[in-house]
Amino acid sequence: MNLSRRLLIGIPYLWLLVLFLIPFLIVLKISLSDYDISIPPYSPKFDLSAGWEGIKDYLGSLDFENYAFLADDPLYYTAYLSSLKIAAISTFLTLLVGFPIAYGMASAPEEWRPSLMMLVILPFWTSFLIRVYAWMGILSNEGLLNQFLIWTGLISDPLVILNTITAVYIGIVYTYLPFMILPIYATLEKLDGSLLEAAEDLGCTRISAFWLVTLPLAKPGIIAGCFLVFIPALGEFVIPSLLGGSDTLMIGKVLWEEFFSNRDWTVASAVAIILLLILVVPIILFQRNEQKQREAAK
Amino acid sequence: MNATAAPAVFAPWTEPDAVPLIHLNGVTKEFGSFTAIDNIELEIFPREFFALLGPSGCGKTTIMRMLAGFEDPTRGTITIDGKNMAGVPANKRAVNMMFQSYALFPHLTVADNLAFGLKRSPMPKSEIKGRVDEMLRLVQLTKFASRKPHQLSGGQRQRVALARALAKAPKLLLLDEPLGALDKKLRQETQFELMDIQEKTGTTFVIVTHDQEEAMTVASRIAVMDEGRLKQVATPDRIYESPNSVYVADFIGDVNIIEGSVSLVDGEKAELQWAEGARPIRAMSGQGISPSDRAAFVVRPEKVAIATTEPSDMHNRVQGTVEDIAYLGNMSTYHVRLADGTLVKAQAANNRRISRRGITWYDTVWLSWTDTAGLILSN
Repeated sequence: MNLSRRLLIGIPYLWLLVLFLIPFLIVLKISLSDYDISIPPYSPKFDLSAGWEGIKDYLGSLDFENYAFLADDPLYYTAYLSSLKIAAISTFLTLLVGFPIAYGMASAPEEWRPSLMMLVILPFWTSFLIRVYAWMGILSNEGLLNQFLIWTGLISDPLVILNTITAVYIGIVYTYLPFMILPIYATLEKLDGSLLEAAEDLGCTRISAFWLVTLPLAKPGIIAGCFLVFIPALGEFVIPSLLGGSDTLMIGKVLWEEFFSNRDWTVASAVAIILLLILVVPIILFQRNEQKQREAAK
Repeated sequence: MNATAAPAVFAPWTEPDAVPLIHLNGVTKEFGSFTAIDNIELEIFPREFFALLGPSGCGKTTIMRMLAGFEDPTRGTITIDGKNMAGVPANKRAVNMMFQSYALFPHLTVADNLAFGLKRSPMPKSEIKGRVDEMLRLVQLTKFASRKPHQLSGGQRQRVALARALAKAPKLLLLDEPLGALDKKLRQETQFELMDIQEKTGTTFVIVTHDQEEAMTVASRIAVMDEGRLKQVATPDRIYESPNSVYVADFIGDVNIIEGSVSLVDGEKAELQWAEGARPIRAMSGQGISPSDRAAFVVRPEKVAIATTEPSDMHNRVQGTVEDIAYLGNMSTYHVRLADGTLVKAQAANNRRISRRGITWYDTVWLSWTDTAGLILSN
């Protein structure tokens, strides 16, 4: 292997080392430390000046106390479970909304498709935070939605949506919709129309052709879209804290509170490490799906 | 024995009381302002191997798609097996199609592809497996039953597509350029396989192709199409030997075309004045020509003899210079330039070794043909 090739492969590895592995090791180390009223708020602190003996002492004082604490306090595992549930339900809802949109885009005339694609991506041009605030304006008791519904006479009292779990679902579905639409659209667009004609020719109705041909062939896109929504939704913090109110329990919010409200870096780090371990499973499954798709494309 | 080899036995189109399987009655198909099919009248009989032949855009695929049920005629009726097909969707027709792209389901194995149509039919589950095995044997793919389409070669995929289309035992099988994706040698082998399978299953085949050689090889009858119309519907030998128009003569095989004016029509014989001071060409008369019409004489290169000495016993003889020789191995085509500038091709079998060939470039030669070798067709 020549030098330039090694360099080329080396760059992403270096990137991962500096921006992922080292920060991860720092967080892991903090999670094994003890809480301390000092700056930064944990001990022991890493100190090279003490020499080899110092390092040995240092390593000896690390323990899994914070993890034991996480297992003891029901707050944490209920937050994990609640996050998993919210992420799963909102992934499913995003799929329900996203698939018909992707299907519509793929069946639209070819000259429309770039514009439709643009419309899907367009929300990214505005800051994510501003869009979530906009939803607060829409969903609040005096918000646009309630004003509209009262004006039409459908309801007489405003619906309470903001600061409920419903608002969280709306926020997640809205935010992550493009991540669902784009991979599904990519697989549907490649779908050979003659396959559907062949299915009809062999006795399928339009609907059964959809179930037997379109859906199985869109599966890789559906799987990719679901992971792309599920993975970030699991650790989501902004949407539950702005739209969800105090009742919504999500691990991202717990993490934030441990870190900034309680200033308990050690427990917060432990929470983050566990979250990462939970996410490794879907990420590996996602990678495997991508790999399979690449092989099938060959 | 197959249909093309025994035309005397199988020729329902000559029998006045034969009942056609397919009847296209005044069928017109328009796409917006474009007329793809223009008032076509056509009958296709059971067990026929019928070819729709024409250049791309001539409407042959549209006819096939109307038979399959993917398009509806703008005007006219299509009758299949005595039933008017108007409003009958593709999934309710006893017609199956083999797609040009094969359209095999990539997520299903070969066996599941074959079973796909059967599962949508009233056939009991217990019989499906037997039928799939039977189809696999028919196309010799038993060993590949559990493979996915992308693990097969082009020829194998073609056979899966054929077997899948035949699995439901349709009354009519439509084949859209079925051999287009195969290389020449495989295509020729597969042509005979197709004929064999057609004969075994007794299914009526309608094949769409732009390859005239393929149509000639497989079909019992050929419909030559151009711009949405049928130019001629006849057996391959009739199409080749007695084309009814210059278009058909030119489309099928190699042909010499000499234009001129008709100087004599006498029953089946006619004469064409083609060049100042030259002797008129004597040939068979085509339909609808009368004296002093503009017309064209058409003759196949293999019916033109080439010699170094004047064949004085032949009426049709012209002198020219050899301009080019195309050596094809078993035969050679000589391109001969006549005195008036017309180029005439003559084909001769190479029954001697090439070193012994008497004719070479720039030789003055005589071309001749019998009075019945060519046709005079209206232009």
